[in-house]
Amino acid sequence: MNMVLEAPHLPMIRKRLRQEASRDDRIKLGFMAVIGLYLIVALGAPLSVMLSKSLSTYRFDLAAFEFQVSDETGANWGSVVSAADLNRELGAVTDNELSSSSDGRLAATKFFPDFKFRSPVHYRVRGTTDDVAFLVGSTLEKGTEWREYDSGTFRRVVLRPARSLGFENFTTYFSTPALAQSIYNSVLMAIVSTVFTISIAFALAYGLTRSCMPLKGLFRGILTIPILVPSLLPGIALVYLFGNQGVFRDWLLGYSIYGPIGIVIGSVFFTLPHAFLIILTALSIADARHYEAAASLKASKWRTFTTVTVPGARFGIVSAAFVVFTLVITDFGLPKVIGGQYGMLAVDIYKQVIGQQNFEMGAVVSVILLVPAVLAFAVDRRMQKRQVALLSARAVPYAPKPNARMDGLCFAFACLVSLFILGMIAMCQIAAIVKFWPYDLTLTTKNFAFDLMDGGGWAAYGNSIRLALLTALFGSVVVFAGAYMVEKADGFRFGRGVFHFLAMMPMAVPGMVLGLAYIFFFNNPANPLHPIYGTMTILVVSTVTHFYTVAHLTALTALKQMDPEFESVAASLKQPFHRLFFRVTVPVCLPAILNIAIYLFVNAMTTVSAVVFLYATDTKLASVAVLNMDDAGDIAPAAAMGMMIFYTNVAAKLVHALIARGLLARTQAWR
Amino acid sequence: MRHALSIEPTPTSRQHFADDAAAEPAPYLQISHLWKTYGDFVALRDISLSIARGEFVCFLGPSGCGKTTLLRAIAGLDLQTQGTILQDGRNISTLPASSRDYGIVFQSYALFPNLTIEQNIAFGLENTGRSKAGVASRVAELLETVGLSAHGKKYPAQLSGGQQQRIALARAIAISPGLLLLDEPLSALDAKVRVHLRHEIKALQRKLGVTTIMVTHDQEEALAMADRIVVMNHGVIEQVGSPTEIYRHPETLFVADFIGETNQFPAHVLGDGEVEIGHSAFCCSTEEFSAGHAATAVVRPVDIIPHGADAHAANAIDRPATPQNLIDAEVREMEFLGMFWRTRLTAPRLGERTLVADFSVNAVRRLRIETGGAIQVEIPRERLLLYPRGA
Repeated sequence: MNMVLEAPHLPMIRKRLRQEASRDDRIKLGFMAVIGLYLIVALGAPLSVMLSKSLSTYRFDLAAFEFQVSDETGANWGSVVSAADLNRELGAVTDNELSSSSDGRLAATKFFPDFKFRSPVHYRVRGTTDDVAFLVGSTLEKGTEWREYDSGTFRRVVLRPARSLGFENFTTYFSTPALAQSIYNSVLMAIVSTVFTISIAFALAYGLTRSCMPLKGLFRGILTIPILVPSLLPGIALVYLFGNQGVFRDWLLGYSIYGPIGIVIGSVFFTLPHAFLIILTALSIADARHYEAAASLKASKWRTFTTVTVPGARFGIVSAAFVVFTLVITDFGLPKVIGGQYGMLAVDIYKQVIGQQNFEMGAVVSVILLVPAVLAFAVDRRMQKRQVALLSARAVPYAPKPNARMDGLCFAFACLVSLFILGMIAMCQIAAIVKFWPYDLTLTTKNFAFDLMDGGGWAAYGNSIRLALLTALFGSVVVFAGAYMVEKADGFRFGRGVFHFLAMMPMAVPGMVLGLAYIFFFNNPANPLHPIYGTMTILVVSTVTHFYTVAHLTALTALKQMDPEFESVAASLKQPFHRLFFRVTVPVCLPAILNIAIYLFVNAMTTVSAVVFLYATDTKLASVAVLNMDDAGDIAPAAAMGMMIFYTNVAAKLVHALIARGLLARTQAWR
Repeated sequence: MRHALSIEPTPTSRQHFADDAAAEPAPYLQISHLWKTYGDFVALRDISLSIARGEFVCFLGPSGCGKTTLLRAIAGLDLQTQGTILQDGRNISTLPASSRDYGIVFQSYALFPNLTIEQNIAFGLENTGRSKAGVASRVAELLETVGLSAHGKKYPAQLSGGQQQRIALARAIAISPGLLLLDEPLSALDAKVRVHLRHEIKALQRKLGVTTIMVTHDQEEALAMADRIVVMNHGVIEQVGSPTEIYRHPETLFVADFIGETNQFPAHVLGDGEVEIGHSAFCCSTEEFSAGHAATAVVRPVDIIPHGADAHAANAIDRPATPQNLIDAEVREMEFLGMFWRTRLTAPRLGERTLVADFSVNAVRRLRIETGGAIQVEIPRERLLLYPRGA
């Protein structure tokens, strides 16, 4: 009778059953392997190579080299001496000079003060172990065999440093005050900017959702403008407004815009849309019943605000704060333009790599920059998991009631912020089309004659559009297919978990770090993928990878809204998954796919950080041209190129809206 | 009791089954020793079940009882941990879903939103070597069958829930599957539509003669539609039987409680056809119990017979002879439920407990039953069921 008790236990002798794989399963597995491999090659491998670089130190190990010198006849050899012994006698090389980089070279003749070019004396060199290496001209010699050279050749013998793993690079970093100071600067700037941005964004989002102020649509449009320009542009605008020749220089009461002030103002400008959109979403999902309940309990306005409004949006606020923090701390373009002598981590990477060719130290700064970014990311993900759906299906949407004072206040504030955003853009626009701000305001097109300046000219602009189109196309395909595998493939649970983790990682990896990691990984002749280095391909790959996460999450959200049983139905009808994918999944998700494409396009147009390390002479980019022209002092042309990027993105947005409307009308008749 | 559909709780009965099976036609679907575990959690525990060709079977049970898990194992959507499934003599235990032969309808309908009704139904027909005209005529025929010919060009969102469910059904039977699986197909619908669609599905199933398994948690639905019901709880089959068997002769307390309503009383078996409830002895069948056993006595509210104030007088209805198990009771509450009155009675002989009894409107009028009044009620001997205590 009581079958639960009588029933036997699971006989453990037999193996757990495994489902036979269908053709679909094998195709899906193959597909997942390909995209997984892509993410490993484009992200995992470069980052790990970079990590190992940051731990690599190069030092000349003098005890490992041994010499023998002959007499004038070249037949009688003296005793064997090591370079260490010689140096101890001579003091030819200081201890400091022994620390080197992967490219380090030390001339062997340094240890022989009597060395004379064209003397009949012969020299022998050998290492004490097999790994000891030295160069003769450009030929690499290794090992414990004696090698004999006449004095003419010995002149060209240079010793190579030995590589060892350790934290020495980090020790050096932290004992260099100028470098270590950057950590403090970066964190401080990120925190200050975050506080400002979040406060402003919250006030704006509050006005748009809780008041009856007019022109909400217009403000919403204006507030997203900064997304369409590179983060260098607010820097340039600030230079024009408050720089040494700036019209409003006096407003700063003697403080310089070059440094923290400029960084904070510029950061607020370019991070505002991100924070605004997140908080707006959080505030939009409000349940009117909560407000009615508060009103019926006679709660004051302030009490309602602190007990209903803020808690409802707190996850949005926290999430926005982390996004802004990460954006500021990892941004490179803005502090490069406006930071002056104020050291920031992202700029340090650039200086170490491009300025001093010190790749190991660049890697160290990258690893340090990864820490706050990864930390912010991890905390944010944890918070997101704790979030519960506040909005039940039966919620009543909140509709604000008119309140003249409140609405007026919100409107005034929105106007002020819009003025700030439009003012910055307008400043760049004016700078781009006048002869010499602020002294000669006659209109000119000379600033658009990019071919006459450094930076890549109009070809760079063409390259940028090519990069943006390729990134949008290739990226949407990879991202959507990848998200489909994560969400809809059954089985391979482990593989899907790894895949999802890899897809979430780019969010935490700053562009500079990714770019540097690509140099280490792809610019290695031993890597079979080496040929893509310096081509458009590597720019596309790095850009897709850099912006992978947000696109992935967009695709995932769209796919999660699809009925999970579609796949089951198709299988029961014996239809292959690709038929379902192309006939149902893709058409239904088309709006999301288009959003991914435009997101990738806009970001590919504006990004500087990853590509600044990867472009070659024939793949210069518009955004990098802005940077280089600004660097060279051609600020007006830099502003002009920045505006070109802005026009292009506005046009792309319009085209996107048109295509979306056209396609939706045709393929989404069911909506 | 061996029918086309059976359970095998012990090795000995399994032996019986093998003997019986030789005499009967081979079952269409045969599930043996199916297990499904998620870590330590056992979702299905040694399930064995046979279903005959053309049968309509309902898996019935509370949520989490394993009924959907069992259906999905049959469909190949969630592979069982162990056990074999034979369909029409073919071992399908580990086949992928796409290599099995079934059509399926989900609670959510899972209609493709961007395809028209016609395209939805045709989805499984295309790619199968049929001509375009062949597909079109089959779609038309199916639309006719489900009575939605006028809606072929519409999109799913333009149809009502009931219509969408019929389209999902049409899509599932389009490929003429050997087995039709219905996963709570009616639970997202309004009560009225549900009753209506119940008949339609049943009629369609009879017409097509397709072997059908439906998962439901609605006992009324199961009783109305199924040839056989498989009652499940905590991953095991509690009872398999026809609707009347399940209702009249529930084999376990769980089944008695889950199907229909019950009064339950703690009881002691006195032996030989007598059981003690409260302070007095009642007659009932005590096979399987020996004297002194603790038991739970169960009687359904509808089975309690009212006898007015004095049953020994001539006004006793139904039975001319002196009834057994007659008790005095007081009517505490009466609730008019349209077709009958639900009354709550207290009877000194039953102790503190309330006895719920459903009386017909007629009986209430004739016997002048009213709140606060005294009546006598009979708990018929054969309707008083005993189950081991604690089960």
